[in-house]
Amino acid sequence: MKKIITIIVALSAFLLALDSAYAQVGQPYIHDPSTIVKCDGKYYTFGTGSGGLISEDGWTWHSGAVRPGGGAAPDAIKLGDRYLVGYNTFGGGLGGGHANKIMVMWNKTLDPDSPDFEYSEAFSVAESLPDEDCDAIDLGLMLDPSTGRLFCVYGTYFGYIRQVELDPVTGQRLPGNKAIDVARNCEASQMMYNDGWYYLLGTHGTCCDGVNSSYNIVVGRSRNPNGPFIDNVGRSMLQGGGKSVITAEPRLIGPGHFGRYIEEEGVEKMSFHWEADLDQSGASVLGIRPLLWKDGWPVAGKAFDPGTYEIKSMRSGYALQIDVEFIRAQGGMRRRGSDVNEPVVAIEGQKLEDVIGTWPEGVIGVKNDFFLARPQQKWSVIPVPEAGGYLGGPYYKIVIEGTNRALAANAEAELEAVPEFTGAPEQLWRIDQLTDGTFRIMPKEVPGHSEPLALVSLGDNSATLAPFNFHSDNSKWDFVAITK
Amino acid sequence: MKNTLRIIFLTSFLLAALCSPAHGQKKMKNTDVAQALQGYFTLATEGSVSPDSEGFIRRWMLLDPISKPNSTNQVFTQKYTRDAILTEYFPGQFTVMPKDGDRVKVTMEYQPPVDVSTSYSTYDPSKAPKMVNANLYWHALDSDHFFVKLFRFAAGLDRDRYGAIFWSVTVINCDEDIENVRLSIGANCGGMWWLDGQELLLLAGDRHMGVDSYVSKRITLKKGRNVLRGATINGIGMSEFCARFIDDDGKPVTNFTVSCN
Repeated sequence: MKKIITIIVALSAFLLALDSAYAQVGQPYIHDPSTIVKCDGKYYTFGTGSGGLISEDGWTWHSGAVRPGGGAAPDAIKLGDRYLVGYNTFGGGLGGGHANKIMVMWNKTLDPDSPDFEYSEAFSVAESLPDEDCDAIDLGLMLDPSTGRLFCVYGTYFGYIRQVELDPVTGQRLPGNKAIDVARNCEASQMMYNDGWYYLLGTHGTCCDGVNSSYNIVVGRSRNPNGPFIDNVGRSMLQGGGKSVITAEPRLIGPGHFGRYIEEEGVEKMSFHWEADLDQSGASVLGIRPLLWKDGWPVAGKAFDPGTYEIKSMRSGYALQIDVEFIRAQGGMRRRGSDVNEPVVAIEGQKLEDVIGTWPEGVIGVKNDFFLARPQQKWSVIPVPEAGGYLGGPYYKIVIEGTNRALAANAEAELEAVPEFTGAPEQLWRIDQLTDGTFRIMPKEVPGHSEPLALVSLGDNSATLAPFNFHSDNSKWDFVAITK
Repeated sequence: MKNTLRIIFLTSFLLAALCSPAHGQKKMKNTDVAQALQGYFTLATEGSVSPDSEGFIRRWMLLDPISKPNSTNQVFTQKYTRDAILTEYFPGQFTVMPKDGDRVKVTMEYQPPVDVSTSYSTYDPSKAPKMVNANLYWHALDSDHFFVKLFRFAAGLDRDRYGAIFWSVTVINCDEDIENVRLSIGANCGGMWWLDGQELLLLAGDRHMGVDSYVSKRITLKKGRNVLRGATINGIGMSEFCARFIDDDGKPVTNFTVSCN
């Protein structure tokens, strides 16, 4: 009986660990989140109502962000050494009225505990009248990196999504600037720029209905910041078009309110809310996914799925493995010259117990080699909930399947496999899906080294730790699921 | 008496045959070496040279191959490779800095010459190994290519071209310490590499030569002389290697010179 209880507890803990990989942890409850902004080492996002969330590491979130003004659907952007935070006076047609204002205000910091924390007086940069085809809510702010121009889009299903231009120094509407219609049939709009294209994000579907919300994020693009923004099949967003960026997942419903966060070249995240997280009482929670670029279009990456993988180097296609003696699998070439009418049978692959007795007991080196689906090449990637995380993910342990032998960084900034996972920071790994769909793998810490280092293949057969370089396949990996 | 003399004569002949040098063991004149290796190697000049623009080290002292026949390349496990290479065939094997023309006496397993008309090895693993004494010579050579074509080196000098261990040594001369570099080796097939006696790489398995296949951990090339030593082993197939030093970005290191002394 005790055994059964132990198994149940262990299984529950494992399932909990798995679940925690799919959504942010802590108290990530928020609706209509603003784009995530980093300030003095912490991450901030604001939501409808007042306040917002803070995270020390980007994975565990709790309430505490402060935003006055109430209203709904804020956005935030860092401009120089200040932060511009906007929101709309409450509206959205919920009470039947559509007269709204987009308000913005400045602050030197987003940290409410800082002595510099003080919002300027909010001022209006756009508004909608009670009877016009626009509802001035849900602003999105974008600083055009190619020109330095500051754009603000806003609106909802009641009419058009509109765009105005602001002064990036004062935050005020540019004198004489007239609002432009850029989309319809969506809300929670946002803009971004990438590789010569301007993108207009919007959210389609129904908001604010919990598990029945059909929210989903779409995009159109244009070479001109003012549009027209066209989707993948040629529809303008002014015609209701939009290419899908992310839709609901089995336990996470209604993604909406896109925000882009660029960590560094090749490492981008998108933030949004899930209207309902079925594993968190159906609450609206913060969502963060890798942001990928495919054929010039933004696409949401997947949350990393714990499991057993071949870790494949994009440099060579070779697999990461512990450096142990190659043990030939029984057999060799089969059926050559034999009777082709003999029954076909399945042959078992090499198993851990076939080879583990030949492995050294202490620390073993790590290298790349041809993938032959051998035990020394099968890595179980398992979240470590108590180890915290980073923007959008928890830290993982990476162990040889069926063992506790763990991938680790050592003081020489090289890789090794230690006999037992202890939870030490050099045995914890951060996994980021890159904009091209491949992965960056980084230890939480490298003993004696402060510079961030990533898993890098400097040679076809050699894996080490070195600075990450998005322009080199040496720095990129793929996780190929191993199914039995 | 006649019979006794005959027996002595025959015995001497047989012993001489058994212990006689294998094929191609006479010391060749350098002009003949140059002719035999044309297209792949040139006789090294005095002094030092730079690595090529991609950092490849082309100047080497190469020892005639030590016969180590095997019937398949499947044998090159880590243990086999290490044991085969760490077997001491001649004094100073892991320390010597030879000069061009130096002779090395080794006892090694005999293998019959390759049938040149077909390039087939006539080695028969089912037969009991026969040990022979051999005179091998060091050659100071510059490779004409970024790689060192050991097979052509052996074939050109009429030595054992299959199933052999090739020892190579060179000197890396640095004006100052060069830190955080890595030895990068591509080789067909297995091998071991040392810098100033420190083992840096063990290459096992049946593999082709590719640039930067195996890369060592970070090392420092110290100011002055650094002796780089390697042994490459192969069975029936092409034998070659390429060597350079690279930095943490994978870029070649070129600020040193290479000499054979």
